[in-house]
Amino acid sequence: MAIAPSIELERPGPPRALRSALTSSMARYIVRRLAWAVVMLVVVSALTFLIFYTFPSADPAALRAGRQATPQLIAQIRHALGLDKPVYEQFLIYMKNLGLHFDLGYSYQNNIPVRQEIFSRLPATLSLTAGAVVVWMLIGIPVGVLSAIRPRSIGDRIAMGGALVGISAPVYWLGLVGLFLFASDIGKVHLFGGAGSYVPLTQDPGAWFRSLLLPWFVLAAAFAAFYARMVRGNLIDVMGEDYIRTARAKGLSERRVIFRHGLRAALTPVVTIAGLDIGILLGGAVLTETVFNIPGVGRFAYDSIVNSDLPAIQGTVLFGAVFIIVANLIVDILYAFLDPRVRY
Amino acid sequence: MAGLLEIRDLRVSFQTGDGIVHAVDGVSTSVERGKTLGVVGESGSGKSVTALSVIGLTRLPNAVVSGQVLFDGVDLLQLSSDRLRSIRGRRIAMIFQDPLSSLHPLYRVGWQIEEAIMAHEWVSRRNARRRAIDAMRAVEMPNPAEVVDRYPHELSGGMRQRAMIAMALVLNPDVLIADEPTTALDVTVQAQILELIRGLQRDFDTAVVLITHDFGVIAEIADDVAVMYAGRIVEQGPIGTILEAPEHPYTWGLLQSIPRLDTPRHERLQPIKGMPPSLVHPPTGCHFHPRCPYAMPMCRTMDPELLESNQGHFVACHLPVAEKRRIWRELRPEPAEAA
Repeated sequence: MAIAPSIELERPGPPRALRSALTSSMARYIVRRLAWAVVMLVVVSALTFLIFYTFPSADPAALRAGRQATPQLIAQIRHALGLDKPVYEQFLIYMKNLGLHFDLGYSYQNNIPVRQEIFSRLPATLSLTAGAVVVWMLIGIPVGVLSAIRPRSIGDRIAMGGALVGISAPVYWLGLVGLFLFASDIGKVHLFGGAGSYVPLTQDPGAWFRSLLLPWFVLAAAFAAFYARMVRGNLIDVMGEDYIRTARAKGLSERRVIFRHGLRAALTPVVTIAGLDIGILLGGAVLTETVFNIPGVGRFAYDSIVNSDLPAIQGTVLFGAVFIIVANLIVDILYAFLDPRVRY
Repeated sequence: MAGLLEIRDLRVSFQTGDGIVHAVDGVSTSVERGKTLGVVGESGSGKSVTALSVIGLTRLPNAVVSGQVLFDGVDLLQLSSDRLRSIRGRRIAMIFQDPLSSLHPLYRVGWQIEEAIMAHEWVSRRNARRRAIDAMRAVEMPNPAEVVDRYPHELSGGMRQRAMIAMALVLNPDVLIADEPTTALDVTVQAQILELIRGLQRDFDTAVVLITHDFGVIAEIADDVAVMYAGRIVEQGPIGTILEAPEHPYTWGLLQSIPRLDTPRHERLQPIKGMPPSLVHPPTGCHFHPRCPYAMPMCRTMDPELLESNQGHFVACHLPVAEKRRIWRELRPEPAEAA
């Protein structure tokens, strides 16, 4: 830093100093956001607890006790699980274990630590999400760009009509249709692995890929459609901006105008949405995992709800919340790099 | 008077929901090397569309363009898009009204200038950067070597427009088209920018087409003036003639609506009454007759041609010359001195 200020004719420029201060102001921003994240997680836990106790559900102790349960057995189980304590006490115990030991408790259903169960299922959810993201980006962005370049053309109309179908088709329906047509066991054409054919990547990459191909496409369908529409809309808006006219006036090739100037600006908000979508999916793609019987976090969440397995519900909800909060934070930080106008 | 850039009977129309809009309706004009043509008119008079059509940038969907745009004897309207692109930015450059929205918000200013160079010349990034800094210096940008690394939002309005001018002039074009270059700027900065354009024009012998709604700007910088109304040129001639002896009632209106420091305080500005006409259903006869205080019955039915009334002075008005001289003698602001 120069000690003597340089002489400037017009507004003195802060950016140099601003940029060095940026790191510290961003650090402060991140710390503040993380503190809020903790508050959010406590609130999420409390709400989950409250909902579980307020809404009618089956008695977990009775479920655990099995078919020939005596009242004594149920009472015994209830005591063992701590279900006979007052709700607030249960909540405090839960929060204490969580805060001190990062312990999510034991599943009522099968006595396995919830944390361990979630982590062991994470690779499946991660595989499903990552592949689906790749598929939907590879479909959504090019389709959106092509539609935006020739709006109202036949290609655009077909693409946007298809997108509407993609957005409207429920995952469970699409999944079942996919299985019915293409699964290697029940399908008309034996193309992909069927439900329950998931194999971990570390075990057999080829089988992993084949088993996930159909779920990837099914999960990606609605996202691809949504992203195609979003990219199309953004790009059409951006192509009407004055700076696109400037880019053309400079004599740039149309390709460069579209990709370096148009798409660069049109994709910035897409990155934001993508970050949030990925965060949500990492918390478990419940429907897709259930339809295809993929042993992921989403499937675990579904099972735990069916079984009124409170610690498991708590764990999966909290887990999903963490992913969403982290994804939000990453997106906000990323945005400062993607758009220089954003400051914290 | 074959100029460097000559527009002949340019017509631009496009389809809208209401009908066909004739945005530019038979415009002919020209500009020579080292000279400035001022195009003046209200918003919607077709002046910007004219300028954009020259370099094939008409943004309006399904625009139909006809006529000729001769640049160095070549009709730009007949060129392939590739040939036209090699002329855009390199030989005919353009600057726009709002420099903030006209610069890409996500790229550094220097990068955007470098890109303009590299679109037309095979130079290294480093070389382009050096020339970008030189161009910034030429437009009197403070701290050019530092400003190249800033983003547009980090610059003041005047600095942004300087950056736009640097970008437009970095390849030393033959023609600079400036579309309302000072409208979005503070008054003090306006004068600086106009002075800058004039200085650079002198240095590089550039032909300048300056589009504005502000007769004050025209008086400052133009050699010739074309007054546009409803897609047509209604009066055209050397700046001195237009300021001293304008012959079209619309020009009178424009000149009277400039605030002046040398008129008595109690005298009110005379705005032109009425609204610009619809370009879908333009008025019959002379397009200006509904707003013209001197309209005669024939103005309602007969469309006046743009005729030479004096050497180099063209007017499209039915009023007899003697009558026009008499009216302007009464209207001209006292003391009659052009800025």
